[in-house]
Amino acid sequence: MVDRANDGILEERRTSIFCNSKQSGCELKCEKDSLAGSVSQRACVYCGARVVLNPITDAFHIVHGPIGCASYTWDIRGSLTSGPETFRNSFSTDLREDDIIFGGEKKLEKAIDEICAQYSPKVIFIYATCIVGVIGDDIEAVCKNAEARHGIRVIPVKSSGFAGNKSMGYKAAGKALMKLMDGPKQIKNEKEDNKNFNINFLGDFNLAGEIWITTGYLKQMGIEINARFTGDSRCEEIMKAPEASLNIVQCAGSMTSLAKEMEEKYGIPYIKVSFFGLEDIRHSLMSIAEYTKDPDIIERTEKLIFIEELKVQAELRKYSSRLEGKKAAIYVGGGFKAISLIKQFADLGIRTVMVGTQTGRKDEYDIIREIAEEGTVILDDTNPAELEKFIKEKGADILVGGVKERPLAYKLGVAFCDHNHERKHPLCGYEGAVNFAKEIDMTINSPVWRYV
Amino acid sequence: MLDYTPKEYSKREALSINPAKTCQPVGAMYAALGVNKCLPHSHGSQGCCSFHRMFLTRNFRDPIMASTSSFTEGSAVFGGGSNLKTSIKNVFSIYNPDILAVHTTCLSETIGDDMNSLISGTQIPDGKIVIHANTPSYQGSHITGFSNMVKGFIKYLAANTKTPNGKLNVIPGFVNPADMREIKRLLKAMGVPFTMFPDTSGVIDAPMTGKFEMYPAGGTKVDDIKDLGNSEATLALGSFASAEGAYDLEKKCKVPAKILKTPIGVKATDDFLMAVAKLTGKEIPAEIEEERGQVVDIMVDCHYHYHGKKVALFGDPDLLLALTEFTISMGMIPKYVVTGTPGDSFEKEIKAMMEEAGIDGKVKALGDLFTLQQWMKEEPVDLLMGGTHGKYIARAEDVPFVRIGFPILDRSVHSYMPITGYKGALRIIELISNALLDRQERDCADEDLELIM
Repeated sequence: MVDRANDGILEERRTSIFCNSKQSGCELKCEKDSLAGSVSQRACVYCGARVVLNPITDAFHIVHGPIGCASYTWDIRGSLTSGPETFRNSFSTDLREDDIIFGGEKKLEKAIDEICAQYSPKVIFIYATCIVGVIGDDIEAVCKNAEARHGIRVIPVKSSGFAGNKSMGYKAAGKALMKLMDGPKQIKNEKEDNKNFNINFLGDFNLAGEIWITTGYLKQMGIEINARFTGDSRCEEIMKAPEASLNIVQCAGSMTSLAKEMEEKYGIPYIKVSFFGLEDIRHSLMSIAEYTKDPDIIERTEKLIFIEELKVQAELRKYSSRLEGKKAAIYVGGGFKAISLIKQFADLGIRTVMVGTQTGRKDEYDIIREIAEEGTVILDDTNPAELEKFIKEKGADILVGGVKERPLAYKLGVAFCDHNHERKHPLCGYEGAVNFAKEIDMTINSPVWRYV
Repeated sequence: MLDYTPKEYSKREALSINPAKTCQPVGAMYAALGVNKCLPHSHGSQGCCSFHRMFLTRNFRDPIMASTSSFTEGSAVFGGGSNLKTSIKNVFSIYNPDILAVHTTCLSETIGDDMNSLISGTQIPDGKIVIHANTPSYQGSHITGFSNMVKGFIKYLAANTKTPNGKLNVIPGFVNPADMREIKRLLKAMGVPFTMFPDTSGVIDAPMTGKFEMYPAGGTKVDDIKDLGNSEATLALGSFASAEGAYDLEKKCKVPAKILKTPIGVKATDDFLMAVAKLTGKEIPAEIEEERGQVVDIMVDCHYHYHGKKVALFGDPDLLLALTEFTISMGMIPKYVVTGTPGDSFEKEIKAMMEEAGIDGKVKALGDLFTLQQWMKEEPVDLLMGGTHGKYIARAEDVPFVRIGFPILDRSVHSYMPITGYKGALRIIELISNALLDRQERDCADEDLELIM
């Protein structure tokens, strides 16, 4: 696998690092807890739940716990809204010492009442943080009583931080969403023959307005959007999500478990999509179109792909001529994005020399191994020491990652692209592919590196 | 934008909306970063560590290194002891710091991990040190966490070995590395031997070298922390972040403590320099007097830019105590002052300053930005000053905004520019003056646009 002599790798971490070889049957360790004492780049259950649910624009999100969990996630994602701004406020019970001793249930009840007195909420999410389970607050009971008291939906999110990693938080968010869909006013999933084909879009959080681009394509194809999970969404559309004919799932890490549950419960099948990079966009749009078996839709889709690709190809070629032969390192949250990025880099003539994820699953790592070159370093739940080691060893020119990776790359004198919460322009769809190429070119070919 | 705040008050006892603080551990992490070759360690779920690193990274735009005990369900039930033991073993074998500074979290505090016995029961490699601070997130704020981590280092390390070092200890408080640099520059100019602790300069404003240094050259050296007990006196700058550490040192090592405001503005900087002069017998050199004269000169030149303007201030208590004093001395009216950190003394002190200046203003500790915005709706102000989150209010209320304090997540360079000392006073004047004038020029009619302001 990796040369072991004093290579600065923790013994326990070795099975989470892999030097790609198509022949080797070696298994990469993933979907496991982080090692204690590691400078892990991962977050917790609460973080996972919060990032999934927070983009629901008109919901009230109350964080039940000490203030930190609320402050760190206040407007954290850069999810855009076309309407309500409720979700961009930070509501919390700010638990103090007395609440820890005597329990926080009363304070939570009161906080809910205070929101109801000030606003007219339809849905409130109550996030349980680490401490809530430990002090024994029964937030389910509090939520149930509050629903009865106010005649609204009050949904508990079981997201105590210690109960696993970020992926457990995605599951907790999925459960909360199921609960919202299963409400008393549940709309029955009546698939009448004359009902229009419509879809739910799972796993786009409308960073930099991305969901507006992709839903724009779908509309052009003649596909009706029923509900968005959760970028720019409203509570009401989530509630009528069970009506949809198909779920398309982009961020597989956060949304696959929900898609499976919706399939089981409401009989909605799902397909995986990705709108990052020309190849994946083409493939995703076509598989949605083909699913409908509607020749008009298929024709419109083919036409759309043809025209849009034509529009961007010249510009992409301009950038790839400036990027040919460069080497990229990737460290992102979930597997689906890593897969798209490897392909997208290949389109630009850039080789991926290192690729890793925080919470990738085995099936995703299998695909990564399939499409990555021989010798590419593949790693799960890594830390700064390993990132530094492999970026240097492999001579990467750019790192793609999130907020904590940025200054690390810069200190190494390596270019960086934020493909996470801090993206400032859309990276999905055709215009996103151009933005991506432009950003990579800007950062790799910036004159600033001459001063390093 | 965030114009979701109604003008009408309704009773609010349980609900915090849009906080003006965060929790203890991030302050503890920041303090620990100010120690040379120290790795901060978060004893709790891995999310805490990840959030704190993210928050500090966004504020300082530098890598923030810290490890975590990565609690699981098992640790929450059986205690985090084995996680800490494993962490200590792994941290020293792979990241190899000189010292590991553990801080607790709400979780490890509530399940009752006894840090003293856990640490003393763990094998620590020769020559390495592990210290801890209790930083329950449900008490105080990030400022309390900073203070507690300072106390933790002092408790574990500082000693009076009856070998006086003739030095002055300076605890700078929760300020930017640039401020620590500025305070050190003033002390050097006075020729005072000193130890600044903690000191994040050279750690999170380290230069670009093309190499990643897990432990950059800066930070207070462990030996100097041990030696704090042999100093002549301790100056604690900022009563909320620094006083308790200084008092602990006084108790433990008989080093007299003096508590001052954070040296922001002319008077607080005067007080700081006078205290240094008095404690050390050193003179204030001409070059510093010149700097003071320049500030006063500029205050005369520009006083009509901001005189009589109403300003709303929010942020950390030590910053606000000094900034309230300074803005009053500039002829401004600090109409509203809000900190998220609890503290009756804060409200009392600010009220006293307002009363003395004849200002009919409002002050709140343990407050939030929702309250501040409601006040601003009731009676508007001309300027808002505070951390990045204020920009929502500035936009909603259409008020010019000066970013100052922590956190600033949407602008850079701020952590490289001091707001302390006379140089810092100049910068604050420039920020305030420019914000007001830019606004005036943005709004005025063409014929009112003047060349000279």
